[in-house]
Amino acid sequence: MEASLLLIQLLNGLQLGILLFLLSAGLTLTFGIMDFVNLAHGSLYMLGAFICASLTQLTGSFALAALLAVPLTALCGLLIEMVVIRQLYSRNHLDHVLATFGLILCLDTIAEIVWSPAGIAIALPDILNGQLEVLPGVVVPVFRLLIIAVGLLAAAGLYVLVNHTKLGMLIRAGASNRTMVGALGVDIKTLFSGVFAMGAALAGLAGLLVAPIAEASIGMGNEIIITAFVVIIIGGIGSMKGAFIAALLIGLIDTLGRSYLDDVFKLIMSNEAAETAAPAISAMLIYLMMAVILAIRPQGLFPASSR
Amino acid sequence: MPETKLVPNNKPRPISFWINAILLLLLAVAPPILFITGQPFWLDVFTRLVILALAATALNLVLGYGGLVSFGHAAYLGLGAYAVGIPTYHALYGGMDAIASFNGFLHLGLAVSVSALFALLTGAISLRTRGVNFIMITMAFGQMIFYAIVALENYGGDDGLTIDVRSEFPLISLDNPLTLYGLCYLSLLVALFIVYKITRSRFGLTLQGARSNEERMRSLGVNCYRYQLVAFVISGAICGYAGFLLGNFSTFISPEMMDWTRSGELMFMVILGGAAFLCGPIFGAAAFILLEEVLRDVTIHWHLPFGLLLILSVLFFRGGLSGALDRLRSKGDKP
Repeated sequence: MEASLLLIQLLNGLQLGILLFLLSAGLTLTFGIMDFVNLAHGSLYMLGAFICASLTQLTGSFALAALLAVPLTALCGLLIEMVVIRQLYSRNHLDHVLATFGLILCLDTIAEIVWSPAGIAIALPDILNGQLEVLPGVVVPVFRLLIIAVGLLAAAGLYVLVNHTKLGMLIRAGASNRTMVGALGVDIKTLFSGVFAMGAALAGLAGLLVAPIAEASIGMGNEIIITAFVVIIIGGIGSMKGAFIAALLIGLIDTLGRSYLDDVFKLIMSNEAAETAAPAISAMLIYLMMAVILAIRPQGLFPASSR
Repeated sequence: MPETKLVPNNKPRPISFWINAILLLLLAVAPPILFITGQPFWLDVFTRLVILALAATALNLVLGYGGLVSFGHAAYLGLGAYAVGIPTYHALYGGMDAIASFNGFLHLGLAVSVSALFALLTGAISLRTRGVNFIMITMAFGQMIFYAIVALENYGGDDGLTIDVRSEFPLISLDNPLTLYGLCYLSLLVALFIVYKITRSRFGLTLQGARSNEERMRSLGVNCYRYQLVAFVISGAICGYAGFLLGNFSTFISPEMMDWTRSGELMFMVILGGAAFLCGPIFGAAAFILLEEVLRDVTIHWHLPFGLLLILSVLFFRGGLSGALDRLRSKGDKP
């Protein structure tokens, strides 16, 4: 059973890592290009989940709801960018942090008013609700595999977009020298809005993928956003490659730590001590890892070369 | 060298000085009067206000004067509060004989030393980075303590811990709300005095120099890192002390009090009041707490107007309340 259980945990870790990547990709885009720190990114994740939950109830189809929820979340992001965020690009990081903190309070309360404080579960269609035997003895929920597949697809799409399209060229150029891109006649305002909306779409995608497993709830983004921050700190802020690798690393370490740390501890201490210490340490594991990595490399694993 | 020559910008500040004095006087007189005239609720509000003002004053030392945007200061409040809760829990229910006690001095010592130690360890790592990295790393370390406490099922985990017996001191009893308020108020005055002395000292001037132009300070041969780390530890220790008071005040503590959004609120108090102004954090905490109380009365969705006000204050109200005062003063000074 050990090997199959380990495989299942690995898949769970991979799934968490993929979700973290979808979130940190948006953070990386907005930070890398606009030099903007967005604490309210987690609220977009929450909006994605709620919009999808409502649409599923309305249309009766999760697939249709998911397809609609992504552009709708992007639209919310666009609106927020135009009303609030845009005024802040010229300010310092402290102002970004404070204003988007206020934004979180607003968005969470709006969600509480529009939906309910209780949270909404999403019912999956039968095809997605089943289990799949990927290897003899290894049974995995289909939906978890779907999350991994969709996430990897989004990552690949993002890679192609950034590295092989004209828009991607502008994005990369914007990341290395914004002023110069503006001087060359590119409409920076539209580019920034577009990039922000793209980050919002990715956050919304992550939110709607999580919602069927964990239900849409108020403040769901405020917890995972910190983990996403840990991801981009470890990966090197502004680096997409770093975000991807660090997201998978964090996802795996967090999941495996929670399931196996007590076994490891039992090798070196008494059973009782291990059972008290393991949950606390495993909850702190990714932060401890961050501390170690930063002590060695203060700029993260893959520092963005432009900064 | 006479002390005054070290002090930059030592012009008299008539208006803001008097407003600060009136504020402190008001905080000394109003709550006891409110309490005696039968409004204990408002004494509670003021006690919370003064404790948070104390924590914000501690944060102001690094954020305002040091220019180090720490987003994890709620962790120290939590550590301080659990330094009261955990020994009390063991004194009541057994176990951990080394710290099981109701003794207030033990609680206080634990709160300050554990906070200082945590500040030293995390500061040593965080201060190697700058800017947005520093913001996020302090935030992550704060959240680490949050999750660690959540995972400690013995002490209630997520559900929190009730402090059944307040810290015991000779002569005074913290069970008396007026005594507790008096202690908090005096602590605030002492903290203000400490921060005032620090900012006027060579140490404090170096710290502010590092905020303004770190490269230049370094080329002058100053090891900024060491100064910033010491300031970070002092700030953490004072904030831990505020946590000790908060634990004794609320008598119910939970990980929620060290959530990262709490750190954000502390930052807002500092910025709202005006960073790097001595009494700024008190203004900020007062504005924050009173606004919260007023809005809470109006609607259960008070976070919405509150958040909007916070956004608007960032967009249009730079320098905070103290900054506005200062602009008022400089306008008045103009011939």
